[in-house]
Amino acid sequence: MNSLFEYTLRLGDDSLMIGHRLSEWCGHGPILEEDIAMTNIALDFVGQATSLLELAGKFEGKGRSGDDLAFLRFDRDYKNVLLVEQPNVDFGVTMMRQFLFDAYRKPLFERLQYASNKEIAAIAEKSLKETKYHLRHSSEWVIRLGDGTEESHTRIQEALDNLWRYTGELFYSDDVDKELIAAGEIPSMDGLEKEWRQTVNEVLAEATLKIPESDWQFDGGRKGMHSEHLGYILTELQYMQRAYPGLEW
Amino acid sequence: MKEEDRAILEQNFQAKIDNDIRIEPNDWMPDAYRETLIRQISQHAHSEIVGMLPEGNWITRAPNLRRKAVLLAKVQDEAGHGLYLYSATETLGADREDTIDDLHSGKAKYSSIFNYPTLSWADMGAIGWLVDGAAIMNQVPLCRCSYGPYARAMVRVCKEESFHQRQGFEIMMTLAKGSPEQKAMAQDALNRFWWPALMMFGPNDAESKHTAQSMKWKIKRHTNDELRQQFVDVTVPQAELIGLTVPDPDLKFNEQTGHYEYGEINWDEFWQVVKGNGPCNKERVDARRKAKEDGLWVREAATAYAAKKKLRKQAS
Ligand SMILES: [Fe+2]
Ligand SMILES: [Fe+2]
Repeated sequence: MNSLFEYTLRLGDDSLMIGHRLSEWCGHGPILEEDIAMTNIALDFVGQATSLLELAGKFEGKGRSGDDLAFLRFDRDYKNVLLVEQPNVDFGVTMMRQFLFDAYRKPLFERLQYASNKEIAAIAEKSLKETKYHLRHSSEWVIRLGDGTEESHTRIQEALDNLWRYTGELFYSDDVDKELIAAGEIPSMDGLEKEWRQTVNEVLAEATLKIPESDWQFDGGRKGMHSEHLGYILTELQYMQRAYPGLEW
Repeated sequence: MKEEDRAILEQNFQAKIDNDIRIEPNDWMPDAYRETLIRQISQHAHSEIVGMLPEGNWITRAPNLRRKAVLLAKVQDEAGHGLYLYSATETLGADREDTIDDLHSGKAKYSSIFNYPTLSWADMGAIGWLVDGAAIMNQVPLCRCSYGPYARAMVRVCKEESFHQRQGFEIMMTLAKGSPEQKAMAQDALNRFWWPALMMFGPNDAESKHTAQSMKWKIKRHTNDELRQQFVDVTVPQAELIGLTVPDPDLKFNEQTGHYEYGEINWDEFWQVVKGNGPCNKERVDARRKAKEDGLWVREAATAYAAKKKLRKQAS
């Protein structure tokens, strides 16, 4: 296994899928200001996906471009976590999904910006700036909705209850990352989950939300086993490239 | 107010306009001027916002990552334009949410071009090239509009519109020199959007009821037909350059006038679309109304949270 390829692909697919989900909001946000914010964040993720998938293609060394990787794989070859492919449902679910993800991405990029692999480090450093803003934005909404009205509290609590089972996978670890850490390409991920948990505890406490008791966690995304939702994302995402193969746009 | 006082105020107001002095929010202005501006600016704002929908329709299907990013950025700009423009209406004493409700009830209009469907990727090219291109023709003169906040909003907007026009033209150019199916896709998009783009300038001068007064107030600087002619003159050579055919058998260049002459616009179609009978009128307004209704609980939560926070601050 080419670990550098696989690792960068995972990061790139996470950005690609959550960016896709956020972009579905464009024109339909609950407030014009949020329409702008979500589109802006979607744009950051499309940018990250572009850099990461380009880099993955380079690591792979088979001449695949970022676009080839984004648009021309089959479902089993996408390696994003299940969390980011979950549907938007409503603004509460979207913000909770975003928050749980941003709270992981921030400490992750804080580590990766010091990767001795310079290309990964450069993308992490740039993405970290964006991620800090994303996390501030999603935290603020989780707090507002949690501590807003009875209805918003109920809705966002339900969002948390439903999404919680997808958070364990954020810390999935296998030979891919272990090998890169051992080889010194990327830094140790010690304490990553603890930092995530601390952010989550703080924000959810301020939002007056309760962390679900159940500790059952799904995984599969990192190995290419996805939820039913991914197929529909790919149907839209890949439509043009599949319908008109090999053309310039 | 006494009649003669009002007459003096009106005289001073018109004198300012005639001397190209900007009218600012706190200046006295005739009610009709205020109402005309509120109507025009809020219509303009609604057009920006409704206009996000036909293009938003293709973001998740954009053919590559670069196009996806550019389209997202473009649609985000349009939302920003909507925001500046709603703020400009608020300087005239209008309420943003009220004007939005008028859109949802069908009382307020928006540019009828957005009632046409986006059926292929090439429509992203056609919209940027033609619709943003037409918007530039309309909006550049508005940078000199007599009402300060509107004029200033237009200066910011116009800078972004030219990027929109270029990205659209670039999409069309790429398609036009692509495979036969890509070229056909581009031609089909031009066929569908050409005439609605010409209609964006509004009725012929003879039919346009607001033009004379708006020109006297320097809200408007050119008539609808002048702007339409300018658009045709600029756009036809661009189509030729990339090898696409403007779908107008009557189109010809007049050597004497230096202008293109074009065929008769189907005004029945125009008025039908304005009245609500375009292919997507219902979908567009429904989508906007749904966004507002679905977002109600979010806005209520934000208000409730802000109020709680304020109370806690006072208590501590
Ligand atoms: Fe615009
Ligand atoms: Fe535009």
